[in-house]
Amino acid sequence: MSQAADGSRDLTLTGVTKEYADFTAVKSLDLTVPQGEFFALLGPSGCGKTTTLRMVAGLDTPTTGSITLGDLDITYAKPYQRPVNTVFQNYALFPHLTIFENVAFGLRRKGVKNVAQPVEAMLELVELTSQARKKPTQLSGGQQQRVALARALINQPEVLLLDEPLGALDLKLRRAMQTELKRIQSEVGLTFVHVTHDQEEAMGMADTIAVMNAGVIEQMGSPVELYDNPRTAFVANFLGRSSLMAATVKEVTSEYVKANMHGTVVSIPIERAHVREGSAWVGIRPEKVLIAAAGTPIDAPGNHIEGGIVTDVNYVGVSTEYLVRMPWGQEIGAFAQNTGHQDILPVGSQVDLSWRPEFAFLLDSDEDPNAGKEEQA
Amino acid sequence: MSDVVAPRRRGPSVAAWLLLPGAIWLALFFVVPFYSLVATSLFDPNGSVLSGYEVTWHFANFSDALRDHWRPLVRSLVYAGIATSFCLVLGYLLAYAIAFKAGRWKTLLLVMVIAPFFTSFLVRTLSWKLILADNGWVVDALQAVHVLGPEDRLLATPVAVIAGLTYNFLPFMVLPLYASLEKIDLRLIEAAQDLHANPFVAFFKVTWPLSLPGVAAGTMLTFIPAAGDYINAQLLGSPNERMIGNIIQNLFTTTGDYAAAGALSVILMALILVLIMTWVRKAGAEDLV
Repeated sequence: MSQAADGSRDLTLTGVTKEYADFTAVKSLDLTVPQGEFFALLGPSGCGKTTTLRMVAGLDTPTTGSITLGDLDITYAKPYQRPVNTVFQNYALFPHLTIFENVAFGLRRKGVKNVAQPVEAMLELVELTSQARKKPTQLSGGQQQRVALARALINQPEVLLLDEPLGALDLKLRRAMQTELKRIQSEVGLTFVHVTHDQEEAMGMADTIAVMNAGVIEQMGSPVELYDNPRTAFVANFLGRSSLMAATVKEVTSEYVKANMHGTVVSIPIERAHVREGSAWVGIRPEKVLIAAAGTPIDAPGNHIEGGIVTDVNYVGVSTEYLVRMPWGQEIGAFAQNTGHQDILPVGSQVDLSWRPEFAFLLDSDEDPNAGKEEQA
Repeated sequence: MSDVVAPRRRGPSVAAWLLLPGAIWLALFFVVPFYSLVATSLFDPNGSVLSGYEVTWHFANFSDALRDHWRPLVRSLVYAGIATSFCLVLGYLLAYAIAFKAGRWKTLLLVMVIAPFFTSFLVRTLSWKLILADNGWVVDALQAVHVLGPEDRLLATPVAVIAGLTYNFLPFMVLPLYASLEKIDLRLIEAAQDLHANPFVAFFKVTWPLSLPGVAAGTMLTFIPAAGDYINAQLLGSPNERMIGNIIQNLFTTTGDYAAAGALSVILMALILVLIMTWVRKAGAEDLV
């Protein structure tokens, strides 16, 4: 709030490693969170995202590496001395204090004399003015969550850390709070670092997402970038769904990489091809795959594969999710929007599949095609 | 809802049956003796074993007992208060260390806190008599560093009685304190530090208030038996350290002045009740009363 928005207060992690007696939680992490950004650390449990957050909060100290806020090195600063506040998982509200005193806690510690006015303003922001005299246990989960947010925000930290802040809420409330958090973040303009295992939550709120797995960042970028152009099988599978099909690179042009996929040659745009030769995985998102009864023309000038057989049909209202067994035995997902132009194809139908080349991506064959599938929330 | 068959009730509920043994126990061993004690306190003071005793609603028993025995009564409350304070300081440090710092030694340390109960109260107090004896190493050492003069002693002084009380009732302080400290969510302390409280402030603003139920329970469990105790004063003290328990015991068993003994017991009980209620209110742990 108080700093100029010239990026001078970026949060930077350089070569941060955290080792415990028997394992390494975070491995040489490099990360820059620009000031004022809504940044999400996304990954399955045990990927090191919470450890990273705790190191930024000062509750853990990195084994090696440094953490800076602008030019201020906070690597070894005590938690109570750094301009960082946290919204804890399960909120950690003080049960013996009223909502008012919970929110006032940080200000009182900093020796602020008149806390009533800022606390009331903050309670208004999170719409809890009428609950000020109650104790935390008298509040609903959503209200407790907002108290936790208010209690951290009132200190005007340069970085606000959110540790799975919506995890304890039911789905409907979670969606509502996502919108709320996003609104508050744009209103106060602080840097938010949000740790979550919920990809929808991360995609819906964050400007930038870093996907973490086994202590390292797999890929970092905007939600669209990560979803459309995953660089690793883990990202392709953890963020949404993907079908990965074995192929061999045949030809590289200035715009496309062409690969032989079980006898069909498919093209992948060069900027989405993360391998240039040898064997590879062709990846495609199921909603990008068009499906039609064998022999009917498909409206997509692109990669066309014949000989599929529908093995599973899952009608979910807005769309129909098909599983199609390809001639080489692999099952591929295809989601068809229920626009009414096409009848639902029954199990056992002979079908052709097709997708536009610009939607496919190509990954290194060293990647485990199942990485990230089990961890997916 | 009419088609939902409610489980049929057969006579008294299960809860009533479960309460029954405890209720009988309390009736036999608390209500009856309590009634008998109050009745005794209202006996005609002129009664004797030979002439028999009679409840004559002789309320003057109370004022007479206070007039004759107010010194040991006050002394009891003071000794118990001092011993409870020592127990609170020592017990809090110990319970805190066990709850937060002991790691895998937690269970062992807890067993060690309870271990003295494996021998009898009397034996433990007698062994303090040896520890504090005039030719014991404690007195020798204190004389060597001139904390005690050559003729000074520990035994038969208030120091010995209070030390004995502190020692004997310490576990009753440690256990409730441990139970309430152990329950504290460590994330609350982290949250306090995240919200700009240094460890010292975090303790006084979060840990201490959250441990108050343990403090209240521990002080009650220590103060109440300490105030009524007579073994420590008898074994470690002299007639100058006699506590109210010694007086009551003497009146009951030696003098046979049942009326005065009963009245003193009722007075002690009332005093403790008032003190404890005031203290617990102050400690903000009303749930316990």
